[in-house]
Amino acid sequence: MPFGKKVQNKFKNITDTNLLLMITIVVFFAMYIGAILFQGKGFLKPQTFFNILNANASLIILSCGMSLVMITGGIDISVGGVTALVSMCCAVYLDFHGGSLFVAILIALAIGLAFGLVQGFLVAYLDIQPFIVTLAGMFFARGMTTIVNTTPFNVANESFVALKDTRIYVPGFGSVNKLGKYVPAYIEVGVVVALLTVIILFCVLRWTSQGRKFYAVGGNSQSALMLGINVRKTKFLSHLICGLLAGIGGFVYFMHVGSGSASHASGMEMNAIASSIIGGTMLTGGVGNIIGTFFGVLSLSTIQNIVSSAGLDQAWWTGITIAAMLCLFLVVQSVVIARKKKTLKNS
Amino acid sequence: MNSKSVKSVNISTFFLKIFRCQIFIPIAALLLLALFNLIVDPSFYKITLGYNSAGDPVLSGNLMTILDYGSELAILAIGMTLVTAASGGQDISVGAGIAIAGSVVLRVLCGTNSRPDTLQAPIIVAFLISCVVAMLFGAFNGALVAYFKIQPMVATLILFTAGRSIAAWINNNELPIISDPTFKYFGGFIPGVPIPTPFFIAVICMIIMALVLKFTNLGLYTQAVGINESSSRLNGLNPAFIKFITFVILGLCVAVAGLIKVSRLSSINYSVIAKDIEMDAILAVALGGNSLSGGKFNMTASILGAYVIQFLTTTLYKFNVQSDALSAYKAVVVIVLVVLSTPVVREYLSSLGKKLKNKGNVKEVG
Repeated sequence: MPFGKKVQNKFKNITDTNLLLMITIVVFFAMYIGAILFQGKGFLKPQTFFNILNANASLIILSCGMSLVMITGGIDISVGGVTALVSMCCAVYLDFHGGSLFVAILIALAIGLAFGLVQGFLVAYLDIQPFIVTLAGMFFARGMTTIVNTTPFNVANESFVALKDTRIYVPGFGSVNKLGKYVPAYIEVGVVVALLTVIILFCVLRWTSQGRKFYAVGGNSQSALMLGINVRKTKFLSHLICGLLAGIGGFVYFMHVGSGSASHASGMEMNAIASSIIGGTMLTGGVGNIIGTFFGVLSLSTIQNIVSSAGLDQAWWTGITIAAMLCLFLVVQSVVIARKKKTLKNS
Repeated sequence: MNSKSVKSVNISTFFLKIFRCQIFIPIAALLLLALFNLIVDPSFYKITLGYNSAGDPVLSGNLMTILDYGSELAILAIGMTLVTAASGGQDISVGAGIAIAGSVVLRVLCGTNSRPDTLQAPIIVAFLISCVVAMLFGAFNGALVAYFKIQPMVATLILFTAGRSIAAWINNNELPIISDPTFKYFGGFIPGVPIPTPFFIAVICMIIMALVLKFTNLGLYTQAVGINESSSRLNGLNPAFIKFITFVILGLCVAVAGLIKVSRLSSINYSVIAKDIEMDAILAVALGGNSLSGGKFNMTASILGAYVIQFLTTTLYKFNVQSDALSAYKAVVVIVLVVLSTPVVREYLSSLGKKLKNKGNVKEVG
């Protein structure tokens, strides 16, 4: 067998999921190495990488939920609004009412669950387009945030500030600063939550029957129904989990910024969708990988870091670069699908 | 059977006919809102004739506000209805598109100086250029949807995020201000005419659209594509091109709305201009009783829906609802409307109606 044909055969055997995942990981490493080469030594410091994680822990959690919904064939654009609502509600509760941290976490989870429940019910059991439902959810959450409180403010609650400032030092990583002192690299509590979410969701999607059901429903809901899968319940569950993760992500976001504001997390839903798509999740459903999503978030935030460290720190550049990247990956996906169909037809 | 029961059956079928009529939903919503306002505060309907700063006669009042601001929404609703019908999805980048179109108008009118004393180009030229730009962006959305087969809302999400940034970039993030009074006519009043100009612009758009729908196959083709894409292709239509063309038409509508928007202020605020208008435009289409998943449409109902939305907005403002909080109330309205129009709920309602009808008949016979 000639070498070319062998490679071609191998290429054919790669599933959509693995192909898109490979593209993502390659893009991330290419971008990071490019950043090190062209942007100087800043990107070589471990702390730069960990700062990307610290700043995007909530985005990782939101994107995981988004990927799950997209694998099941839906979409959820209310996550940014829910994040803003959660951080505002927790901020008001902690600061104005002097509440305890535990109850604040419960509030965050309850808000996320409530959104997931209602949206999941409307999408799964009433057959309404997920986009319409969650668009309304997004506007509702944004509106409610201003109703709860209009002015942005910082939270001064002691136990919360203690949690916010908790730094977990990573052994083995660190850098020497200008004064010649060794500074260990650190991560925030949110990153641990985010990594746990990624691992748990990855395991659930790969090794449990419920996880495989999500893929089956997203790939072809008709044949999933024929296989005896409860399609409605699966769709409902995906939205419910996404809502819950939006609640958790909202609290992690709140932990990172430590304030409540109506303009928080604006465009976050867009970033979450973009990182899921960059991570190889297909919009048509049935294809996706949580690890890919994780790398998608990293790629997205690396590009943001590059843009801001290149001196183009005007806010509009990030919007344009993210949109351009999203557009690119969407087109790549549709080309991949088209090619796959053609090869299937030919064989 | 006596004549009485026949008559009652006639009446009930008459009512059923009315209920089935698509335009019934927006009219009912309008009447409901109108009645609510009449009961709560009759002064809502007061219209006063005053004079504006230029000394021209001007009608003002809540109804005029609705006519004024509802018109730009009606223009958008025209394009949005076509897009919805053909592609079964909505364009959520119209707000960002308005920012871009408005930014282009100001850029052409101001030239290099951001505070010119005189206009650097005729307004019509600026408008035409902005039309071309907006149609190009519409074509971008349309190409993604029609040729790359991406869901409309996701494809337009790209411009939704990048649009305002592009608008700011067109003017180098400056805030140009136009002092020429004639530029204010489009969003304000033409001297001597006490009715707001946007209303006339909207009427012109409606007439053009009505003529297009009457004398071309656009309406038929969009509905055919929306109802069943593959069967329309087998009948010799080109579904991708028709989807594409609806997005370009929406781009044109966006350019007109953008001109009105920047004309109101004679300036632009990139992050605030036409904020949340995509929600209103979608709401107008939904309120018009059009299916949001494509297929048949009724343009008149959509346009009426747009004015009803503005009626709702004005009513909410009257009750001192903050502009940022408006979206929460509207979201509830959308959800209620969409839930009511789902097949599951419709079936339940119609079975309920039949039960009631049967009960009535039984009584009359007895």
